Amino acid sequence: MKGRDTLLLVIILVTGWQLLYWAVGEVALRSPFDTARLLVEMLKTPRFLPHVSESLMAFAEAYAIAVAIGLAIGVSLGASRFAREVFEPVLVALYSIPKVTLYPIILLLFGIGFPAKVAFGAVHGIVPIALFAMNAISNIRPIYLKTSRVMKLSHAATFRSILIRAALPEVVTGLRVGFSLTLIGTLLGEMFGAQRGIGYLLMQAMSLHNMNNMMALTLLVILFAASANAGLLFVERKTNKHL
Amino acid sequence: MSKIGLVRTAAIVLPVGALELLCRFGTISPITIIPPSEMVRSLYFILLAGQYQADITATLSNVLVSIVAAMLAGLIVATLLESLPAIRRIFDPLFATYYSVPIYAFYPLMIVLFGLGDLPQIAIGFLLAVMAVIINTLNGLDRVPQVLIKVSRVHRLSYLKIALQVRLPSAAPYIFTGFKLAVAYSFVGIIGAEFITSSRGIGYQISYAYNNFDNRLMYPLILLVLVVVTTVNMSLYVWEQHLLARRRT
Amino acid sequence: MSSADSMNTAVAEAGRRDAEWVAAAPGVAAAVHVALRDVARVFPPRGTQPALHALGPIDLDLIKGEFFAVVGPSGCGKSTLLDIIAGLVPPSSGQATFEGRPVLGQVPDGVGVVFQEDASFPWLTVFDNIAFGLRERKRPEAEIKEAVDYAVGFMGLSDFSGAYPAQLSGGMRQRVCIARTLVMKPRLILLDEPFGALDQQTRLLMGDELLRLWRETGATILLITHALDEAAMLADRIGVMSSRPGTFLEIIRTGWSRERDSTIVSQESFGRLTSRMWTLLREQSIRSIGYAKGHA
Repeated sequence: MKGRDTLLLVIILVTGWQLLYWAVGEVALRSPFDTARLLVEMLKTPRFLPHVSESLMAFAEAYAIAVAIGLAIGVSLGASRFAREVFEPVLVALYSIPKVTLYPIILLLFGIGFPAKVAFGAVHGIVPIALFAMNAISNIRPIYLKTSRVMKLSHAATFRSILIRAALPEVVTGLRVGFSLTLIGTLLGEMFGAQRGIGYLLMQAMSLHNMNNMMALTLLVILFAASANAGLLFVERKTNKHL
Repeated sequence: MSKIGLVRTAAIVLPVGALELLCRFGTISPITIIPPSEMVRSLYFILLAGQYQADITATLSNVLVSIVAAMLAGLIVATLLESLPAIRRIFDPLFATYYSVPIYAFYPLMIVLFGLGDLPQIAIGFLLAVMAVIINTLNGLDRVPQVLIKVSRVHRLSYLKIALQVRLPSAAPYIFTGFKLAVAYSFVGIIGAEFITSSRGIGYQISYAYNNFDNRLMYPLILLVLVVVTTVNMSLYVWEQHLLARRRT
Repeated sequence: MSSADSMNTAVAEAGRRDAEWVAAAPGVAAAVHVALRDVARVFPPRGTQPALHALGPIDLDLIKGEFFAVVGPSGCGKSTLLDIIAGLVPPSSGQATFEGRPVLGQVPDGVGVVFQEDASFPWLTVFDNIAFGLRERKRPEAEIKEAVDYAVGFMGLSDFSGAYPAQLSGGMRQRVCIARTLVMKPRLILLDEPFGALDQQTRLLMGDELLRLWRETGATILLITHALDEAAMLADRIGVMSSRPGTFLEIIRTGWSRERDSTIVSQESFGRLTSRMWTLLREQSIRSIGYAKGHA
């Protein structure tokens, strides 16, 4: 049973954490229970919330941009076989470079602060969304297009009734991967050159060797990322169910 | 070159050329970006002078350690999990969620655990790379055609021999995919970690140059990273095409 | 004893008489090569699925050197029968013996199997594929080369010795698998619908090759096929199986000479054989399809 297995996994991970804590001690870790408690306390602190909202807003904006640009690129490349063959290797190459090396360029272009974070996050998300959308469109089985021509559907109707449904699953997968990567990018952007946000707090905790904050913040990030991903996986499975 | 190759080259060269012109004519100030030709020139001299040789070597050797560790650990774990389906099922959600968690969030923790040497970066690179190896190796082992196992039993092969002589070669294309990802992720993890905080390495030098407003140093180093990573990844891709040519219908 | 059991015994008895007749003709001693007694296979219940009685009970004697075909509707357990004889799967009850020794959990020495799916190793050349078994036995390279070259020539693969399976057609890949079996000099060759994935013309020609192989090696051959014409053309005796759980309805003696080839399909007795098989099988096939459609 899926639920029981997940529960078992969580238990195993938490147990491993606890064991590691007993091995390493207070100097380097906090126990699972303490970390959870610290996190709850942190969330109640009024000074803490602005950072959370800053990160969330930056992420939301970055993701919106990544989706818009990524889909635009992906759909146009997917529609034209020639364009796809030209640009696919370029996209794949962009996917594998450590985008963190581009961060100084972004900082120089946008200046330190909110816009840089958003841009950095967006840059992380655009490529996978574009790649998946591109593949989704180009993988649409030709038989569907033949069918629509036989039924004499207009371009708009074909797009609406057939293409969207046929391409949807892969596009959704791309949106899920893009979500995670945009999150990573936004957080990474906050980890240096920022004055607010979760990433900034994380770096601050590290430099002050504030183990409590560090553990609590790391846990917060993990919980948010994992549950968001699980939610998106659920949505993805739902869209895939009909096939 | 084919028509596609020509268009692709143009698509890359034209924006770079435009950037060059904009920089030369002062529309973009050198405080923001220096001309691409300058980047190349400075890189040449930097490499010649060799003052960053230690950093380059440090980063590359760390990446290598991460790749080797990830491949070894990944292959072993994947082979074990494959023979223990009950345990594998428990860890399935972890595989699905692993890459959605910002691994860099663990970096401060790594520093606390491992100190300020190279180990935290290698740990980050390893953590990113190892899961890709596990997932892809499992994928490959799953897809070994049942009939090949049957044939091995007809030839009375021992369990170990079946694993080494039939399952591993059969899964090889997928393991290679894991290898490519391990390489890419090791670069991403280690250079990113060096960027955030480190005492040496290319990522560190880029970050240092940025903080000191030294564009003439920063851009060439960025270019170096981009060129090295892209070259390595593309070479792996070409090598893979060559290796798998005889297995493709 | 139930009516199914008594029919099974009667068929087995008749089969044994036929077997002796077959063996007696070309002057070969009537040695039983493979014996099945009361062999059955029942899959235990799993989750919501009830127990599945897949095969049996089966009584059968294979005579050394004969060519025996098994035909039957889909799902009757023909492949399970082959798996049991090969030692790949244990019977739930009863026993299979090969050369007098029981077959238990391991494939006995001297048994070769050709499967329906392409079982060539895609990472080895044709030569290395065929040499695989001999290399495992640590035979000297010179001996291996001689044996493999011979098999390659015999199976008509001489021009492709250095090619990889991906570059060959389906029929050629099957030939590689047959050569790989042949080179081990098996005394019993089991074939599970080996030509199932091939087109009709290729299958007829492969049938000729199989007969050549049979005469050359003197091995006992058990061929599972769903193609009635293939069974009629190739076999000395044909076991006709019922729908699941598969038991032998009848064992038909073909009476062909050892030197036969695909040209016998034009003989009148060929037509009689296939019609006899179809008469037996038609009702069985309706029954197995009917089950699938949910009819009583």
